[in-house]
Amino acid sequence: MQPRTDAKICGMGHAMRRKEDARFIRGQGHYIDDVQLPGMLFLDIVRSPFAHAKITAIRTERALKVPGVLAVITGETLAKYNLHWMPTLSADTQMVLPTEKVMYQSQEVAAVIATDRYAAADGVDAVEVDYEPLPVLIDPFKALAPGAQVLRTDKKDKKDNLAFHWEAGNRAATDRAFAEAEVVVKEDFYVPRIHVASIETCGCVADFSPAEGKLTVYMTSQAPHAVRTVFALVAGHVGLSEEKIRVISPDIGGGFGGKVPVYPGYVIAVAASVVLGKPVKWIEDRMENLQADSFARDYHMRTELAAKRDGTMVALRIRTVADHGYTNASANPSKFPAGLFSICTGSYDLKQAFCEVDAAYTNKPPGGVAYRCSFRVTEAVHAIERITDVLAHELRMDPAELRMKNFIRPEQFPYRSVLGWEYDSGNYPAALRLAMDKIGYAALRKEQAEKQARGELLGIGICSFTEIVGGGPSKDFDILGLKMFDSAEIRVHPTGKAIARLGTKSQGQGHETTYAQIVAEELGIPAAHVQVEEGDTDTAPYGLGTYASRSTPTSGAACAVAARKLREKARKIAAHLLEVSEEDLVWEPGKFSVKGAPQKAKTIQEIVFAAYTNYPKGMEPGFEASSYYDPPNLTFPFGSYVCVVDIDRGTGTVKVRRFLAVDDCGNIINPMIVEGQIHGGLTQGLAPALFEEMSYDENGNNQAGSFMDYLLPTAVETPHWETDKTVTPCPHHPLGAKGVGESATVGAPPAIANAVVDALAHLGVRNIDIPITPEKVWRILKEKGVAE
Amino acid sequence: MSMHKVELKVNGVPHSAEVESRLLLVHLLREVFRLTGTHIGCDTTHCGACTVLLDGNPVKSCTVLAVQAHGREVMTVEGLETGGKLHPIQQGFTEKHGLQCGYCTPGMMMTGFALLARNQQPSEQEIREAISGNLCRCTGYLNIVKAVQYAAEQLEKGASHAA
Amino acid sequence: MIPSSFDYHAPSDLPSAVALLVKHGEGAKVLSGGQSLLPLLKLRLGQAAHLVDVGRIPGLEYVREEGGMLRIGACTRESVLEGSEVVRTRYPILFETTKVIADPVVRNRATVGGNLAHGDPANDHPATMLALSAQVVAVGPNGERVIAIDKFFLGLFSTALAPDEILTEIRVPSPPPRSGGAYEKLERKVGDYATAAAAVQVTLSPSGAVERVGIALTNAGPIPVRAGAAETYLRGKKVDDAAIAQAARLAGGASSPRADRRGTVEYKREMARVMSARALKRAVERAGGH
Repeated sequence: MQPRTDAKICGMGHAMRRKEDARFIRGQGHYIDDVQLPGMLFLDIVRSPFAHAKITAIRTERALKVPGVLAVITGETLAKYNLHWMPTLSADTQMVLPTEKVMYQSQEVAAVIATDRYAAADGVDAVEVDYEPLPVLIDPFKALAPGAQVLRTDKKDKKDNLAFHWEAGNRAATDRAFAEAEVVVKEDFYVPRIHVASIETCGCVADFSPAEGKLTVYMTSQAPHAVRTVFALVAGHVGLSEEKIRVISPDIGGGFGGKVPVYPGYVIAVAASVVLGKPVKWIEDRMENLQADSFARDYHMRTELAAKRDGTMVALRIRTVADHGYTNASANPSKFPAGLFSICTGSYDLKQAFCEVDAAYTNKPPGGVAYRCSFRVTEAVHAIERITDVLAHELRMDPAELRMKNFIRPEQFPYRSVLGWEYDSGNYPAALRLAMDKIGYAALRKEQAEKQARGELLGIGICSFTEIVGGGPSKDFDILGLKMFDSAEIRVHPTGKAIARLGTKSQGQGHETTYAQIVAEELGIPAAHVQVEEGDTDTAPYGLGTYASRSTPTSGAACAVAARKLREKARKIAAHLLEVSEEDLVWEPGKFSVKGAPQKAKTIQEIVFAAYTNYPKGMEPGFEASSYYDPPNLTFPFGSYVCVVDIDRGTGTVKVRRFLAVDDCGNIINPMIVEGQIHGGLTQGLAPALFEEMSYDENGNNQAGSFMDYLLPTAVETPHWETDKTVTPCPHHPLGAKGVGESATVGAPPAIANAVVDALAHLGVRNIDIPITPEKVWRILKEKGVAE
Repeated sequence: MSMHKVELKVNGVPHSAEVESRLLLVHLLREVFRLTGTHIGCDTTHCGACTVLLDGNPVKSCTVLAVQAHGREVMTVEGLETGGKLHPIQQGFTEKHGLQCGYCTPGMMMTGFALLARNQQPSEQEIREAISGNLCRCTGYLNIVKAVQYAAEQLEKGASHAA
Repeated sequence: MIPSSFDYHAPSDLPSAVALLVKHGEGAKVLSGGQSLLPLLKLRLGQAAHLVDVGRIPGLEYVREEGGMLRIGACTRESVLEGSEVVRTRYPILFETTKVIADPVVRNRATVGGNLAHGDPANDHPATMLALSAQVVAVGPNGERVIAIDKFFLGLFSTALAPDEILTEIRVPSPPPRSGGAYEKLERKVGDYATAAAAVQVTLSPSGAVERVGIALTNAGPIPVRAGAAETYLRGKKVDDAAIAQAARLAGGASSPRADRRGTVEYKREMARVMSARALKRAVERAGGH
C-alpha cells in the first residue's frame, strides 16, 4: 500500500526515522534514575528470605546508627495511616509492608531512608528481623486441594485458597460434543512463570511539597493516570487529593506490562516523602525486580480438542489452574479475571467451546499479566496452537493442512466466536500460505524425511494465531471501574506547528513518531512539526496507558478522530478564506482547494494561522480538538509463523535454523516500527520457549532470582528473524489499524514448541513443556534410544 | 573505609573527585559527574547497560571500581558526538531503528564503536558475538546488527574520502 | 548491588603488594580483573576489609613464547589472550578456552591469573591448564616459587596460594610436533558457566599412537577434574572413533557435578562425556591423526 502523503508530510505508511532517538543516542534520555532533586533521599528495602513466615521482631537500632540513615519504616509505621495494605488492580488486597507475616520470598519487610544509596544499602544490611517460618504452599494444585492450609488469613471467612473461578462458554453443549466426537486429543500444557526483565528496573521519585500540599511522583508507570487516581482513592484519607497529585512517567526503559502494577516500593516512597517533606528516590535492583515484581503466565492448562476423523475441529475444552501468587494483583480488566483467555478458540471455526480457570493463592509474588501477553492471550494461543498440532499428529495430517481446513474463512468476517468475541477482520489462509511459500515448506518437509532416514532431527513448527487487543469497549472493559477508553488532544500553533498529548505512555514503542504520523496523515502537517507528549498527568488527557497492544487501537484512534475534527474546522476556515462554500472544497493532505480551480487553495498552515487571525464570524478562535475514544470493539491482529529447528542429538540443544513471521496488523502507521516490534516480540517469544523460567523449590526459594539463572537470550542465541506481512484493515478503526506490539510474543512460543515436537513426533513424542531446555530434549532422546 | 582522589579523563575532559574505595565506576560517572547516559540494568555483570570504554576497551562499569579508573581515559556515550556531529554508530542506530526504549543503547553503541575500531568489516556473526555481553529486550538484536553494519559502511566511506 | 566498605590499596610493585598481604592477613584479597571478586562483593557474599589491586604493578601483562614454553603474565586480560596470534595458532586449546569465558566485554577486564587464582572449578582456564600440564609462578614474602598446576587446586575456592602470595605468571609447555588441543564447552547461553566442558591436549607419536594426553573437565566437581582413567586408556593407542567413544565414557565417569539449573547430575555427566568426545576428536584432528 503506497502512502497517501509524501515524504515531507510523512503520514501513514512511511518508515519515518524516530524523533525520540535524538536524545537516546546522545545518552540524554531522561529515565527515572536520572531524576535528581535537591535534598533527595534514597529508599532501599529489606526483604524476606522466607516464602512464608511470621515476623516476630524488627530491630532497627543498628540500622539507625549507620551514617546517613535517617529512618526505618515498617508495617507498624504505615498502619498508623492505614497504608499498610492497599487494593490491587484486581480488587484484591496487597500488603505494602507486613505487620504480621510475609507471604513470598523477597517480600518487602521494612524500608530504610538514607541520604545516599550507599548508606541506604548499608542500612538495609543492618536491619534485624526475626522470623518464625510457616509451612509453604508452592504447588497451586495442592493449594486448591480440600483441607489445604489457608494462606489468606487476613481475609475473614476465607476457607480456601481459591482466588477466583471464571468460565466462558456452554459447558453442557461442549461436553456433549466431546462425548459424540470421533476423535479426541488431550494434553496438559504448563506455561511457566516468567518475568519481563526490562533492562531498566522499576523505581520512582516521590516528591511531596508540604507548602503546596502537592505530591509529584516520577514513576516507571505504563499507566500514570490510573496510578494517580488509585493514589487519590487509597491515600485520600491522609490528605492526598487528586488535583494535587502529579504522576510523571519520564522515559521508560521497557515496560512489557511489568510497569503497570503499583508496587509497594512506590507507596512506601510516597509515604516517606509525605512524612519527611523531602523527595525520596526508590530504584530497585535487578534481583529485587526478578524476585518480587509482577510475573507472567503460570497457567496449567488441561486442553482437549474434539474433531471428526477428517480433521474438522468440533469442540474445545480447557480447564486451567492459575497460580496467582499470594494475592490477585494482575492488571486485568475487572470483568475478565482470566484476561482474554476465551480467545482460545483461536483462528478456527469451532462450534463449541468451554474454558474455565481456577486461580490459586500460593506463597509466591503476585501478578500475572506482564510480559507482553495481551491479557493471557499468550497462554490461550499456546493451548490452541499446541493442541492443533497434537491433533495433526494424531490424525497423521500435515499441520498446515489441518489449519487450512479449519480456519475461519475470510468471508465469515466479522466473525462471532462461540465464546463471544466478534473478530473484526482476517484472512488466515493468505497469511499461512505466504509463510509457507517464503520458508519453502514443501522442500523442508522433503528434507525432514531425508534427515529422519539418517537419524537426524529436523522439525518444522507452525503457529497461526489470532490476537485480541485494544482493550476496550466501555460496555465490557474497565480496570477498577475506570473504563478503558483513551484520549488525544491536539493543538496547532499559529505558525502551523502542533502539539499532541495522549493518555497512553510509550516505553519504546515510538509514539513520539507514530502519533505525529497520524496527525500528518489526517491534517497534512509534516510529522516533523508535530510534538508528541505523554506521561505527565498534569497535562496529558486522561487515559489508561500503554500495555496489551492498546495504544494504536485506542489513542491512535482518538488521535485520528481529533485530527479529523480539526480538519473539519479547517474546511470551514478555508471556505471562509477562499470565499466558497464548504462543499466546493477538495482536500488533499495539507491543502484545501476549490473544485475545478486547484490554483485557488489554502495550505493547512495558512488555515491554521487564520484560526488565530482571520476566522469566520461566530467561530471559536484557536485550533484545538480532543477526543476521548471509546472503541466499539477490540481489534484482532493475526499471523502465521513457521519455525525450523535442528536438534543436537548429543546435547539436546535446539537450534532455530530459520524463523519466518507473517503478521497482519491492519493498516500500518510506520512499517519500520512495526517490524521492530515484531523482532522484539519474537525474541521475547523465543526466550520463554527455550530459556526463561521463574521456578521455586518446595520451600518457596526462588531458583532464578538473577540474570545468572534467569536467562535472557543474547544476540548469539537470537536467530536472524525473517518477517513479512499481509494487510487486512480493521473495519471499525478510523485508520484501519490494529496494534501489533504483542503479536510476536504470542505467536512465537507455540511455533517453536511445535517445531521441536515435530522433530521428535516420529519417536512418539506429543508434548514438551516450555522452556524446552537441552536436558528436557536429551532425556527424550535417551529414553527413545537415539541420544548420541 | 579509605577515601581516594581519582583523576581521570572522561570524553577527553579531565575530571576529579574524592571517592570511597567501594564507589563503582558507573556511579562515579552517573552520580558524581552527572553523565547519566550510562545506565544500570542488573547486579550480576550480565546486562552491559553500563558499558563504557576504559582506555579504548569496552568494560562493564558496574564491575570496575572508580579508583581503578584513576589516571585512565574513559569514553561514554556522551563522547560519541564530536563538534555537533553524530558518530556513524549513532547515525546507524537511528537510521536502522536499532533502539526502542533506548536503555541498552548507550552500552550497545560503545561496544559497537569499539568493535568497528578494531574490525572495519565485521560479519553478522562477528557483530552478534561482539554484542553478546549486551542484553536488549526491545529490538530482538537484528536492527542493532544492521545499525553496526550501517556504521561500518559509513566509516569506510569516510575513510575513503579522507584517503 | 553495592559492596560493603573496604580499604583499597594500589601498590606499584610486587614487594609492596606482598607486604600489604602480609600486613592484613586473611582480611586482604588480591584484586586483579575484578570480574569474579567484585560481583561477589557487590552481592555482599564475600567479605574483604582490604583490596590489594595488583593492576598497577608493571610487568605482569605479557604473552610470549620463550624457553620452550608460553609465558603468560597473570594480569594479562582474556581479550589479549584471545587476540594473540601465537595463542590462536600454536595453542588453539587456549584460544578456544579464553573465547568462551563470560562475554567479550567482561573479557576486557578479566585476567588469566584471576581466572585461576579464584579457585572456582566453574572457571574455564583451570581444566585447560590441567590438560596442558601448566605451571604457575607465585610470589610471596619468601620469594618466588613454581607450582605444578595439578597441585594448585585444592578445594572449592581454595588454591595452593598462601594468603600472602600473588600469582605472577602462568607457564604452558610449548607443544611438540603432532600435537593438538581443543576446549569444548556446553553452556546455556553466552556468558554462562559450563553445563559441562572438556579440555583435551594430545601429542601423537610418528605412528599416530597417543604419546601424551591431558583431559580435564570444567565444573565437574569442587576442583577441576583430571580424567586420569581416560588418559591412561588412550596412552599408546591409535585413536579411532571407538577409542574416542570409550575415552569419552571414562572421562564422563570422572565427572561428579552438582545438580543445579544447568542440569541434573546425570545430564551433566553425560554432557561431560559428549564434550570430551568432541574435544578429543578435534584435538586429534589438529594433531594430524584421524
